[in-house]
Amino acid sequence: MRLQGISALLAATALASGLTMSAAMADTIKLGVLDDMSGVYTDLAGPGAVDAVKMAVEDAGGSINGNKIEVVSADHQNKPDVGTGIARQWYDQDHVDAIFDVANSGVALAVQEVAREKHKIVMFSGPGSSDITNSKCSPVGVHWTYDTYGLAKGTGGAITKSGGDSWFFITADYAFGQALERDTAAVVTADGGKVLGEVRAPLSTPDFSSFLLQAQASKAKVIGLANAGGDTVTSIKQAAEFGIVSGGQKLAGLLVFLSDINSLGLKTAQGLQLTESFYWDQNDETRAFSKRFFERNKKEPTMVQAGDYGAVKHYLEAVKAVGSTDPDKVMAAMRAAPINDFMTKNGKLREDGKVVRDMYLFEVKKPEESKGPWDYYKLVRSIPAAEVTRPVEESACPLLKKG
Amino acid sequence: MYVIPLLGIPPQVLFGQLLLGLINGAFYAMLSLGLAVIFGLLNIINFAHGALYMMGAFGAWLMLEYLGIGYWPALILSPILVGAFGVLLEKAFLHRIYKLDHLYGLLLTFGLALIIEGLFRNYYGVSGQAYDAVPDMLKGGYNLGFMFLPVYRGWVVIASLIICFGTWFVIERTKLGSYLRAATENPKLVQAFGINVPRMITLTYGFGVALAAMAGVLAAPIYHVSPLMGSDIIIVVFAVVVIGGMGSIVGAVVSGFGLGLIEGMTKVFYPEASNTVIFVVMAIVLLVKPAGLFGKSA
Repeated sequence: MRLQGISALLAATALASGLTMSAAMADTIKLGVLDDMSGVYTDLAGPGAVDAVKMAVEDAGGSINGNKIEVVSADHQNKPDVGTGIARQWYDQDHVDAIFDVANSGVALAVQEVAREKHKIVMFSGPGSSDITNSKCSPVGVHWTYDTYGLAKGTGGAITKSGGDSWFFITADYAFGQALERDTAAVVTADGGKVLGEVRAPLSTPDFSSFLLQAQASKAKVIGLANAGGDTVTSIKQAAEFGIVSGGQKLAGLLVFLSDINSLGLKTAQGLQLTESFYWDQNDETRAFSKRFFERNKKEPTMVQAGDYGAVKHYLEAVKAVGSTDPDKVMAAMRAAPINDFMTKNGKLREDGKVVRDMYLFEVKKPEESKGPWDYYKLVRSIPAAEVTRPVEESACPLLKKG
Repeated sequence: MYVIPLLGIPPQVLFGQLLLGLINGAFYAMLSLGLAVIFGLLNIINFAHGALYMMGAFGAWLMLEYLGIGYWPALILSPILVGAFGVLLEKAFLHRIYKLDHLYGLLLTFGLALIIEGLFRNYYGVSGQAYDAVPDMLKGGYNLGFMFLPVYRGWVVIASLIICFGTWFVIERTKLGSYLRAATENPKLVQAFGINVPRMITLTYGFGVALAAMAGVLAAPIYHVSPLMGSDIIIVVFAVVVIGGMGSIVGAVVSGFGLGLIEGMTKVFYPEASNTVIFVVMAIVLLVKPAGLFGKSA
C-alpha cells in the first residue's frame, strides 16, 4: 500500500538528476532532508522537518560567500533499502553535501554506513538509537537532538528513583525499540530496579491489547513503552481502556513527542512524564522560533524539527567559517565551535558525533491546567548534559579512544 | 488461585488472549464480509475497502467534532453517508469495468484508495485523532477473573456477530438475496423477469461499503482515527478473504474470527511473528485448498 512512496521516489530522483547540471555550473551548497514523509513519523518529522531546514537556510541568507544553498527532500518510507538508495544517489550523482534528519533508526543506521563509505556528512535529528554514536559511530555522522541513552536516563531514571522499581517493556521490534529497551533496562538495574520481562511488538501494530495484557499479568509496577509515534499513542490509549493505570500500574512513555500528546488529548495523556530536548513554550527564544514555525506549518514544532533547524544552522556556520564544504574541515569546525541557538545552550559536538546537550523532564498537564491547544507540558526538572550523555569510558566508539 | 500452566502459559493469560483474538477477529470478519459480498456479487476486488473503513471512522469523528453528533447516531449516519459515496463510486467508475479482467477493478480501486488516503493525510496528518464519544453504557469494564474486559470490546463482538449473521441471512435465506445470487449467475435472465439488475448491483456495492464504514465507526474509539488505519488492516483482511474462499460469506466470517484467534495466540508465544502468521496460514491453505476453505473450486 505504499505505491505513492515509489512514485514520489521516482519523481524525486528525476528532479534531483535534473538539478545535477545546474549544480555543476555554480558552486551550490546542497542539503538533503531524508525523512518519513508518509508513514508513522510524518507528523513528528516529515514536511515540518523540511520546512525547519528551509527556515535555517533562509536565516543564513540563502547563500554563503555567493554560493547558493539549495534544499532537496525525499521519502525513505521507513525502509533502509529505499533510504540508502536515495542517500547514494544524492551523495554520488546529485552533489548533496550533507543529509539531515533521517527519522527512523533502522534507516539512519543504514544511511550512516553509506555516509561513512562516501565520506560525506550526515546529521541525525529524528532517529533515537544510541548505537549511532556508540558501536556504530562515524567520523562524519552527527547525532543532534536526543538519543535512547538520554531518554533512558531521563525518564527511566526519574521513574525508578521515585519508586517504580519493577519494569515490563513493550518494545517496537526494530533497531530503535531494542536500543531504547536495552538502555532503559540498564538504567533501571543500575538504580536498583528489576526488569520482569519484555514483549517485542512489530512496528505499526494496530492493536496492543494483547501485549498490554501480558504486561498487566507480569505485575510490574511500571510498563515501559519502548516505541514511538503512532505505536506509543495506540498503546497509551488502549492501556487506559484495559484499566491498566487505574489498576495501579504506571506507564512510562520512553519517547513521546509533542505531536503524540496532541493526538492523544490531555484527558488520556495527563500525568505522563517524558524527556525531550525542546518544548516550544520554554522561554522567549523558543517561543519566537515556534511562532514563526507555527505561522508556516499551522502546528508547533517537535524537538526533531527544532533540532533540524539547529543542525543546519551549525553546519552552515561551519561551512562559512572554513569557506568550504569539505567534510573533514566542516566536521572539525563544527566540533570546535560551541553550539548556541534557541534550543541549545553551550552544546558541544563530541568526537563520536554525539551532541552533548541538556535535556528536560516534562510532565503532561491536566486538562484543567492547560490554557488551550498545544499548552501541554510543565517542566519537572532540567537534566544536565553530563547525566544524559554516555560517559567516554562506557562508550564503545573507537573515535573516543584516540587520545 | 491455583494455576495450571498450559504450554508454559497460565490459563488466565491464555483465555485473555483468546478473547482478545476474538475481538480482533470481529473486525476482520466485518471487513472481510463486505469484501466477500462485493466480490461474490460484483466480481470486483475492492482494494478501496480499507480507505472506506477509514472514512467511516473519520465520518464519526468529523460529526462529533463539527456537528456534535454522538456515537449512536454516527453508527448509523456515517455508514449511510459513506455507503452513498460508494454508490457514487460505483456509478461513476466501477460499473464501466465489470466486463473487464479482475485486474482492472483491482487497479482502479487501489488508485481510489491511494487518493482517498492521501487526501485525508494531507488534511489531518498521520498521528490521528482521538474519538472519545463512547456512550456511558459502553464505558468501563468487567473483571472476568482471568482478564479485564472493557465493555466496549464486548459490544464490538456482539455487534459484529449480529451484522455478520444478518448479512448472511439476507443473502442466503431471503427472496431479495436469491435475486442477488441469481443476478450474478445470469444477469440477462433476471433482468428479463423485470428486475433492475444494474440498480441492485449498485446498491449491493453501497451496502458492502457501508459495512466497511460501520466497522470503521466501531473501531474509532479503540484504534486511533488515522488516515493510515485502513492500509494497516486491509492486507490482513484480504488474506482472510482468500483463506475463507473468495466471495464466500460464511468463509469470510469463520476465517475472520479464526484468524483473529490464531493471531492472538501468536502474540503470546512468538510476538515478533504476529504480523506474519496470517500470511503463513494463507500460504498453507492455498497449497492444500487453492480455492480457500469455503470456496467453490471453479
